[in-house]
Amino acid sequence: MTKKKTARWVHKDLLGLEYLSKEDIELLLDTAVSFREILDRKIKKVPALRGKTVVNLFYEPSTRTRVSFEVAAKRLSADVINIAVESSSVKKGETLNDTGRNIEALKADIIVVRHNCSGAAAMLGRNVNISVINAGDGWHEHPTQALLDMFTLRGKIGKLEGLNVSIVGDIAHSRVARSNIWGLTKFGANVTVCAPNILIPSGIEKMGVKVTDNIDEALKDADAINVLRMQFERDDMKAFPSQLEYFKNFGITEERLKKSKKNIIVMHPGPINRGVEISSEVADGGNSVILEQVTNGIAVRMAVLFWVSQVRDKDVKNEINY
Amino acid sequence: MKLIIKNGRVIDPANKIDGVMDILVEDGKISKIAGVIDAKTETVIDASSKIVMPGIVDMHVHLREPGREDKETIFSGTNAAAKGGVTSVLAMPNTVPSLDSTGIIKTLKDVIKKTANVNVFICGAITSGRAGKELTDIGALKKEGVVAISDDGASVDNDKIMLEALREAKKEKLVVICHSEDKSLSGRGVVNLGFTSTRLGLKGISKESEYNRVSRDIKLAEASGAAIHIAHVSCAESVEIIRKAKKSGVRVTAETAPHYFSLNEEDLLGYNTNMKINPPLRTKGDTLAITGGLKDGTIDAIASDHAPHTESEKEIEFEHAEFGSVGLETELAVSVTELISKNLLTWSEFVEKISLDPAKILCIDKGTLGQGKDADIIIVSPEKEWVVRKEDLISKSKNSAFIGKKLKGAVEYTISKGKIIYKTL
Repeated sequence: MTKKKTARWVHKDLLGLEYLSKEDIELLLDTAVSFREILDRKIKKVPALRGKTVVNLFYEPSTRTRVSFEVAAKRLSADVINIAVESSSVKKGETLNDTGRNIEALKADIIVVRHNCSGAAAMLGRNVNISVINAGDGWHEHPTQALLDMFTLRGKIGKLEGLNVSIVGDIAHSRVARSNIWGLTKFGANVTVCAPNILIPSGIEKMGVKVTDNIDEALKDADAINVLRMQFERDDMKAFPSQLEYFKNFGITEERLKKSKKNIIVMHPGPINRGVEISSEVADGGNSVILEQVTNGIAVRMAVLFWVSQVRDKDVKNEINY
Repeated sequence: MKLIIKNGRVIDPANKIDGVMDILVEDGKISKIAGVIDAKTETVIDASSKIVMPGIVDMHVHLREPGREDKETIFSGTNAAAKGGVTSVLAMPNTVPSLDSTGIIKTLKDVIKKTANVNVFICGAITSGRAGKELTDIGALKKEGVVAISDDGASVDNDKIMLEALREAKKEKLVVICHSEDKSLSGRGVVNLGFTSTRLGLKGISKESEYNRVSRDIKLAEASGAAIHIAHVSCAESVEIIRKAKKSGVRVTAETAPHYFSLNEEDLLGYNTNMKINPPLRTKGDTLAITGGLKDGTIDAIASDHAPHTESEKEIEFEHAEFGSVGLETELAVSVTELISKNLLTWSEFVEKISLDPAKILCIDKGTLGQGKDADIIIVSPEKEWVVRKEDLISKSKNSAFIGKKLKGAVEYTISKGKIIYKTL
């Protein structure tokens, strides 16, 4: 086997971790390490994206991810424009493709898109020549969230290979879960998903994960858990047991953590529902890295913005076979 | 007008013909078919090394007229048909308004007379507005000339209404075409339920939503004694249920569409909305069950389910895009590529599926090259390869699931009632 001298980034878009190789992901994580250092400097800015324009195109409400991308782009000296669109205008208003083409015509360089429809980022990426970064599409993928989760884990433990990571919560409707599964399994981590049966999507075991509806089993050998936000306001959650019952059976509490590894890392993509999927004691406790994740998110997004902006050949097609 | 087609390999399963022969056409009819014919005609077509077969009888076509002429019209759709080697189509009733009254059918027949380029047969609606609530006047529709009834696009959910429809259809000697889908199970799904729907983060459509309703439709057909035809069979379970029903003597026939034996759910991994079809593309295992069903006769017919949609209905987010693919211009080549080239069907079996059997199911005098029959004939280059390009499609809508695919088998001539209505340069 010949070792590559330098990893080369060839993707115009970042659509999901399913479509990246382990080497691609490693390159992003390694680059993020250098950018993470910048965030602790007195002057937290480098000129890598000076003269470039990043447009945050958000069809769903989001504070954390949008602000994180904005900070990341500004730390790289890019100009940032935020566009928030009512997703209800999808049917009557301008189409996503037309909006994308207009942003391209405004000479922006990168679109960061958040959309409630799975596949929206892939479609946009196909229809514009500028770069598209998926900031979450429907239930499909949220690649930068998974990258920051992996970055945090790797930083804490030093490696991802062989780690036991349990993802707990609404797996069926979670793009965070899917991106984490694709990313972690590429590095040889052992991923377990844990949820009530109706929140386990069909065929998920084919993604290379273990499935359980027993929280104690999910916690037993875990080096880390990623606790997903429960969205009880969803329509299809009406048939679901109450918040209280969920917390009783799946909530991450200190009592439960006592039965797990002592140094278990507790992650959460936020925003957290205290007392719904996680107790306040755990969220604020010594095992929690929830706020570190937020800081690391900036570094990871800087790495993503940096690499997609380096792709010179705008004819590079996006990575999904069409 | 006389024409002669010489030296082609003539495939006519109705008359058990598969051999090199000449065909003489006079006054729109086939006047003679024999080893060698010497006759003086204005037109002589040399069909050496080509296949000569009855024109395709496509029993599942959405021509969209009246109401959605932005997607397709009788004129544009039948031109696409001619290019695809299709000489007879069954126009489905989910137009706007739907084909549920003699008035609307009279008007449509007038448009067909003026603008159609191939034979257009009409499928009437089972219920008023295809709403599943109130039966149409099935007897009157029959008198007006419909050759089948269906609420295609929707299933008649109410068992009692469906049973009444079947009894009425039996009385009128009309086949009932069933869009077998239990909406309470398929819900707002957009792709096959399973690993692929999970991977794509899209809502799934279970196979149960199809085969449960196939089962029900078969039970009601048995109870009523009516003839039913199951449209667009997509999964293994449905094939098995139909196989058993046929063995036990139920009057059931079935069709599948080319995409169900040539594509599977994994082709959707790039969110190509042209492959968003209802029922959805299923698994590789299902495509094998479909070809198995074609081979052993469980599935009688291949029909395109030609479903034109505008770009603004397709070039949008996957879950918002309309269901369906155009198919008239590709059904022959997809079948040749996937079935004949792979030795899954012989030419003769293929002609039965795509021409003869659909004609039999609809009780129309088509699908054969018998002496005295309408000269609906196509000439095909069996080995010629071509690539489906969006810009080459002549249907008003370009939403083909096969764009970019290399296919084998090209229509060289389409002859309808003795007239050449399409030929390649």
